[in-house]
Amino acid sequence: MKTLNLNATWNSIKRSIYKFSRNKISVVGFFMVLLVVIIAIFAPYLAPYPKHAGAFVDYKNASLPPSLAHPFGTDVFGRDILSRVMFAFRGALIMGLGVIAMIVPVGVLVGLIAGYYRGTWIDTVIMRITDIFITLPALILALAVAALLRPTLFNSMMAVAFAWWPWYARLTYGMASSVRNEVFVQAAETIGASKAHIIFKEILPNCLAPIFTKMALEIGWVILVGATLSFVGLGEQPPTPALGTMVSDGAKYLPHQWWISVFPALAIMFIILAFNLFGDGVRDMLSTEEV
Amino acid sequence: MAELLLNIKDLRAGYKVYGGLLKVLDGINLKVNKGERIGIVGETGSGKTTTAKAILRILPRTARIFGGEIFFQNKDVLKMSKSELSVLRGQGISMIFQDPTASLNPVFTVGSIISDVIRYSRTLSSSNKSSQIKETAIDAFKSASLPDANRLLTNYPFQLSGGMRQRVCIAMALATARDLLIADEPTTNLDVTIQDQVLRLIKELVDKKNTSLILITHSLGVASEMTDRIYVMYAGTIVEQAKTQDLFENPYHPYTHALLSCIPKLTGEGIAPGIPGRMPNYLNPPQGCRFAPRCPRVLPICEKEKPPLIEVEPGHEVACFLFTRK
Amino acid sequence: MNELLKVDNLKKYFPVNVGSISQKKIVDLKAVDGVSFELEQGEILALVGESGSGKSTTAYTIIGLYKATEGKIYFKGMDISMEVNQRPLSLKKEIQIVFQDPGTSLNPQRTVRQILELPLRVHKIGPKRNINEKIEELLKTVELPVDYMFKYPRMIGGGERQMVAIARALATNPSLVILDEPTSALDVSIQAKIINMLLKLQKDYKLSYLFITHDLSLMRNVATRTAIMYLGKINEIAPTQELFANPLHPYTQMLLSSIPVVTEKERSLKPKKITSIGEIPSPVNPPPGCGFHPRCPFKFELCLENDPQPVEVAPGHFVRCFLYKNQTKGGF
Repeated sequence: MKTLNLNATWNSIKRSIYKFSRNKISVVGFFMVLLVVIIAIFAPYLAPYPKHAGAFVDYKNASLPPSLAHPFGTDVFGRDILSRVMFAFRGALIMGLGVIAMIVPVGVLVGLIAGYYRGTWIDTVIMRITDIFITLPALILALAVAALLRPTLFNSMMAVAFAWWPWYARLTYGMASSVRNEVFVQAAETIGASKAHIIFKEILPNCLAPIFTKMALEIGWVILVGATLSFVGLGEQPPTPALGTMVSDGAKYLPHQWWISVFPALAIMFIILAFNLFGDGVRDMLSTEEV
Repeated sequence: MAELLLNIKDLRAGYKVYGGLLKVLDGINLKVNKGERIGIVGETGSGKTTTAKAILRILPRTARIFGGEIFFQNKDVLKMSKSELSVLRGQGISMIFQDPTASLNPVFTVGSIISDVIRYSRTLSSSNKSSQIKETAIDAFKSASLPDANRLLTNYPFQLSGGMRQRVCIAMALATARDLLIADEPTTNLDVTIQDQVLRLIKELVDKKNTSLILITHSLGVASEMTDRIYVMYAGTIVEQAKTQDLFENPYHPYTHALLSCIPKLTGEGIAPGIPGRMPNYLNPPQGCRFAPRCPRVLPICEKEKPPLIEVEPGHEVACFLFTRK
Repeated sequence: MNELLKVDNLKKYFPVNVGSISQKKIVDLKAVDGVSFELEQGEILALVGESGSGKSTTAYTIIGLYKATEGKIYFKGMDISMEVNQRPLSLKKEIQIVFQDPGTSLNPQRTVRQILELPLRVHKIGPKRNINEKIEELLKTVELPVDYMFKYPRMIGGGERQMVAIARALATNPSLVILDEPTSALDVSIQAKIINMLLKLQKDYKLSYLFITHDLSLMRNVATRTAIMYLGKINEIAPTQELFANPLHPYTQMLLSSIPVVTEKERSLKPKKITSIGEIPSPVNPPPGCGFHPRCPFKFELCLENDPQPVEVAPGHFVRCFLYKNQTKGGF
């Protein structure tokens, strides 16, 4: 019995990998994401100058252009930019994954309940509250909230989460309210299943595909908003390196000491690109197309 | 002597999927004479639609043709150029599909859809097109027993019932003179009284225009009322072919027997318990006769070799080792 | 008499907008418009009709997925006219339904095991540790291999999915099973297998079936009694053999003469050909008087304005048609 189950699971994993890798670019995206994750986790071991990520000054080597010793150059304090970028990946990933981890359960739960009770007052109340949040522009809302609180990584995550959760509610609401009318849900009702079972065991699994796809595609954009917050100084405070902060610090020295801003900006671009390509692959993998 | 219109020789075709190739059609031999009405009868997955789409070369991109030839009016269809195919589809062969709702573009009026069909068939001279097209369209609707043809031109598909939509499709298919009409399960989605009307219409029009007909269906009952000759397909092979009356009075192949016994009859004599087993897996089809794994009268040779289609009576062919002298 | 189900003047209307978005005009779509019948224990009653006849709506109202607009439904003498959400669990155990399309009636994200486990768990059938055994038993009952437990519906064929749906319906050991066109989407050889299985299960488990279908030939071989529906009403109802031997209502005759048949013997059994003409009217705008009159070859003045009442022409054989108005009166 157990072997049959394992066999079936292994086969479906193989099929999913096939669907994901049909588009070669998504595979590139997967490895890019893998690279970002490995760099973030192992930054202390991979960075050439790990101490430069903390409080460190070396004015003798300040503002050096890119070279073999410092592939991304050094900043005005003499810190190696490559190392700082690698450490900054940590904050970026925590921001991206953390925010998503916070908003998805909340948004999905709200959307599920509203979708199940579609047409009733419960639906109206929930979705109108959601609509209010949606109409507030995400970045500005995040800025406002972050400005009210003390600037820390956690608070900037809260700010972004506050603005971002309603989209998951909307998405789930759309799916749930249509799945709710499917025949298999009616079948469960005639069998006598409880509402909780129907919402979480019958409806939810059929909503997951677009949710997971959205999650994978969005991590990059959440990281961008996080970088924007730290660009204006609301985020992790120095000396902890943050990509947005590094870009804004180096802005004054453009165009002569261009490497101080440009490399962190390229790093942001790399991360977003990585998750976008990866997200495309996830979407293909979860599609119900028959192969 | 009957004139040969369509000649499919040893057609082998399939699809590329995850895990390999689906070897669906395994040597299809089929002939249609001018003015003949033939039926292709088989169950889901037997390859009937694949055969039909191969004739018009409208198979999906994942399809592969492994071998064989299709001759229409002595021209090799599989080797035709794009422009020749265009003429084939515009004037030679037309097709009606199972779901009339899916065949009609919902954002266009019925009138504009049929005008496009007439225009692309290029059977009208280039001058004075639009009034001629409208006339042709109205004639087509009238001959399809569609009421109020003028108003119909301005209707959208969603405003029509299923039966009417299918009649519009039939009108479109026969609006311009054709040599062959392929109807792929044209009445499967329709109610039985409407099915009766639509089938009668097809019969009438096909007789009037002397168009040949290939009727694809899973219903032996429909085939018996509409066709002169029937090909029985199983798992991508032709297992039996005969004049309609002969097939029902004197079926040879065990599959044909089994199929006939499964049909619920008005006599109330009960239904056979079905055919054990399942259709073969096209990724790895059986080496010999494809029906062998399920056949109640299987012989050792059936699993090793493919039975050829052999004439057992004049005009009656069977592919089965029970009837071949070896 | 062991009366299991009684339906009394059941009506189900759906309000629809026949105007435009700006100028609304709400009328009632009379899907079911006064249906009454009884189902005895051990019977197979067929509700036969084409689209718009109201047969599926009747079934859905009986199982509670729709709330009846008017009329009553009785099960074992108890009034069960409420919606499924308000029905007691014990009632849901007794009446089950098999839907037409197993592709949509089985959750594509749940394995066969999970699908079959649900009714067992909800109705607490058998101790928890024996659930796997119980599921194996169910699969064996419908002649499916035990290793199908871990498969998803998309991995198995249409006929097999329907067998899972049937196993699910039987899991609670119901008294009444409603079958809504269970084989319409399947090939004839698979239909044959499933029908034979359904008949065997009926005998083994002493079930009663309410069989919804449009396939008269099928019912000739399956049902003990057959009712013909048109535009939300029952036109004729009789024991199956009697109905086919002696079809009285013009619509029944039209239906029978439209069936494509294969053998000469069957052809001789069909009534004189009544050519089917006209479209099936929509239940939003039913014709006045007798709903069938626009297509009826025998209509007269009376039919245009009055709706006939059912009349018992032979024992158990009721028909609603003015051609027979002078025979004994009775109701169904």
